[in-house]
Amino acid sequence: MSQKKEMKFKFTPIIIVVFFFIIFIIFFTGLKNSNIYTPNINIEKKVPSFTLNSLYADKETVTEKIFDDNKFHLMNIWSSWCIPCREEHEFLMELKINEKIQITGFNYKDKTNNAKKFLDELGNPYTKIVIDGDGTASIDWGAYGVPESFLIYQNKIIKRYIGPINGKSLMEIEKIIE
Amino acid sequence: MRLLKIFFMISIILNFTLLKADEIKTENQIAKNLRCLICQGQSVYDSDSEFALSLKLVIKDKINEGMNEKQIYSFLEQKYGEWILYDPIFNRNTYFLWLLPLLIFLAGGAIIIKKFYIKK
Amino acid sequence: MIGSYSLNFGLFFSILITLFSIRNLKNSKVFDKKIISFTFLQLFVVILSFLGLIISFVNSDFSNETVFNNSHTTKPLFYKISGTWGNHEGSLLLWLLVLTAFIFIFLLRSKEQPKKYRIFTLLFQQIIILGFFVFLIKTSSPFNFIFPVPNEGLGLNPILQDPALAIHPPILYLGYVGSSIIFSSSLAAMVSNYVSADWARHIKSWVLISWVFLTLGILLGSIWAYYELGWGGFWFWDPVENVSLMPWLALTTLLHCILVLEKKNILASWAMILSIATFTLSMSGTFLVRSGILNSVHTFANDPERGLFILIFLFSLIFISILIFFFFHSKGEKVESKFFWLSKETAILINNWFMMYFLSVVLIGTIYPIFLEVLTSNKISVGPPFYNKLILPFLIPFLIAMAIGPKLSWIKSEIKDRFYMIAFFVISSFLSVSIIKQLNINFLINTILVTSAFFLFFITIRDFFSKKFKNLSQNLAHFGFSLLILSILFNNIFSTEVITNLRVGETFKTKKFTINFEDIDQVNEKNFKAIIGKFNIRYLDGPADILNPELRIYNQPNIVTSEADIKTNLLSDKFITMNYVQNQDYFNIRYQVKPFMIWIWISVLFISFAGVLSVSKKRNEV
Repeated sequence: MSQKKEMKFKFTPIIIVVFFFIIFIIFFTGLKNSNIYTPNINIEKKVPSFTLNSLYADKETVTEKIFDDNKFHLMNIWSSWCIPCREEHEFLMELKINEKIQITGFNYKDKTNNAKKFLDELGNPYTKIVIDGDGTASIDWGAYGVPESFLIYQNKIIKRYIGPINGKSLMEIEKIIE
Repeated sequence: MRLLKIFFMISIILNFTLLKADEIKTENQIAKNLRCLICQGQSVYDSDSEFALSLKLVIKDKINEGMNEKQIYSFLEQKYGEWILYDPIFNRNTYFLWLLPLLIFLAGGAIIIKKFYIKK
Repeated sequence: MIGSYSLNFGLFFSILITLFSIRNLKNSKVFDKKIISFTFLQLFVVILSFLGLIISFVNSDFSNETVFNNSHTTKPLFYKISGTWGNHEGSLLLWLLVLTAFIFIFLLRSKEQPKKYRIFTLLFQQIIILGFFVFLIKTSSPFNFIFPVPNEGLGLNPILQDPALAIHPPILYLGYVGSSIIFSSSLAAMVSNYVSADWARHIKSWVLISWVFLTLGILLGSIWAYYELGWGGFWFWDPVENVSLMPWLALTTLLHCILVLEKKNILASWAMILSIATFTLSMSGTFLVRSGILNSVHTFANDPERGLFILIFLFSLIFISILIFFFFHSKGEKVESKFFWLSKETAILINNWFMMYFLSVVLIGTIYPIFLEVLTSNKISVGPPFYNKLILPFLIPFLIAMAIGPKLSWIKSEIKDRFYMIAFFVISSFLSVSIIKQLNINFLINTILVTSAFFLFFITIRDFFSKKFKNLSQNLAHFGFSLLILSILFNNIFSTEVITNLRVGETFKTKKFTINFEDIDQVNEKNFKAIIGKFNIRYLDGPADILNPELRIYNQPNIVTSEADIKTNLLSDKFITMNYVQNQDYFNIRYQVKPFMIWIWISVLFISFAGVLSVSKKRNEV
């Protein structure tokens, strides 16, 4: 009887210590993770269907059919009021030269005049530009805001870039295309 | 007996909280239960960021399309993952989240009752 | 300069005190006076270094990195000073200041206590102080130099430039750090075998004081969130808020538990666990907030190295406490205390039971996402719906127990006053049904909740008179709590809100009122530019109100904030904010009517005042 009690006396603290140790390990690993949301970047998702107006041709509508070929596409969400978009623009211009990829612009919550002015000033890397005036279409894409880009091949999103395209992501894109 | 009564009450109440009668407020209700993903710990309803404003429009559209609250949640969950939902879904991942506090409550009750029985 | 030397001196004193205490423990029978002098010197150098930092802030001495990162010459003097603790390094220094000040006061005020117990308390406290000294000096020194000296600082985040938030951290820290004294003293009591009714009587005032400060600290934080964050909410179950609520819950539980220990000398182990838990929870809070492991509105600049340090420190403290609890704490005192099911002890046990449940909900809700992410790399959010679902139903029996519990007497009692109780219950249900009937949302739960809150409300009011103010502080606290729950419920149920886009000159109409955006004005202040809207809100059957919400464009750092304008009266708050919308010529207007808002604050003040009353009453008795 007394032996049993002794055993119990020793076991409880050990269990508690082990319990806290596990918690410690979990917090320790948790520290290394970022607390800013980073969604799954490599996603094999189908392109959502959409019907949107085009920026330059007034009445023309564009649908998801434009991705229905054997080319790579980069769909780039941008806006004239977004400052990082200006930074990423030069990389898009650079990417434009590559013939294996077509860049589609996705103009987010912008005024058409400002958008056009922006492209006049910095150059137009896009083959087609669609307008998302109230930002609802971007939600269908699961997008967060501007700038954001989706790399598409055969109707599938194969990679996604949140935030501006930079030299590093440009190289990565070119590598994937090759 | 006392415990039984309490639990009976709780089960009734939990069932009733799931009933949302007021449709005018549905839209705000949904927005309040969604995390604004680009903000730091704010709900979509509370935030005035571009993302939140667009999302509120989407909620309105979806309600007009005839989707109910649950369908909208699952639509957004597909797009953005469970992270967007402030009300965690009850599934394999969250059994412990929902049940552990209740288990602790039961255990606490058991300890107190045990105390009386031993004393008697 | 002086500051950083002082810090090193402080560390040195800490080691010195530890050594002296150990020697004193072994050798003599009386408490060594030198220890008190050293503790005072330690406090003195920390004060010196804190003053040094304040002076650097006031003089805008940008050769100091902390000042450079958090201050600016155009900032008003008040916010220059409050900027001292509005950042990570400074707030840690403040924390250290309170730690050393409290142990000094503790030593002064515990002369009649056993010597061994005092010295052990000092020793454990010094371990904590030592940890913080090392932490401060190694990872977050507030006295780093930058060269060349910049001409201008980066400025303080404008949402922190606010009177409520300026005093919020010091008050909250007094609460947090007060719990460190409880922690050290409970460990010391275990080691020196002093866990007794005497100990409970002695530590009770510390528990009360920490509790009052913690309550006030949380109140200030909520008030700030209410008018500054611009969505009209005062509690969002945000991790950082939860982190301050958890020690509060533990401390409130302890407060009730200590009563039993004091009067009946039972539940000693439980009181020990609670004392340890309170401080551990405060420390975990620091860890969760400062390490950046959580996603929250109030993120501090974070640094994994700091997080790691606090984590290791925190768990060392936990392991030490477990060790002491299991090896020194003798549960021997098997005093056959007879429990009768209807007694004050039982009522307090029930209080503890529910409080622990609430605590576990908040704790699990806060840290579960971290665990899940580490174990399965799934990210989930746990927000208000979770807490509401798990807490609200349990609040009902809790409120009723709060009404009946204080009426019971120790050991064994009967329910007196049955007639009044039933009468009050009937009145409460009748009132609630008639109030909630007008709405068709969640009728049942709201009615039951409001009923139980009213029940507590009436019972406590009656108790004020029937008990002839005998147990006034308890009565007042419970009354305050009922008022708090009632106001929160009514606030939630009856608040109306309108969100709309308006241009200058436009009017928004509803059946009951119109909002007219009359005018817009621009004002230049020293450190910001304000765009002030003039809104005329006219109710069909009442007078018009002019409200002036602002958009402030701060120059340093360049941040736009939205300042709400609030018209408060006893029945309700009118709350309006305006927000800039990207690329549009209209503003986003959010107008809310929040009933009984001011009563939420007043009821928390009642609760804290009850604590103050209880402390002062204790003083008089001694």
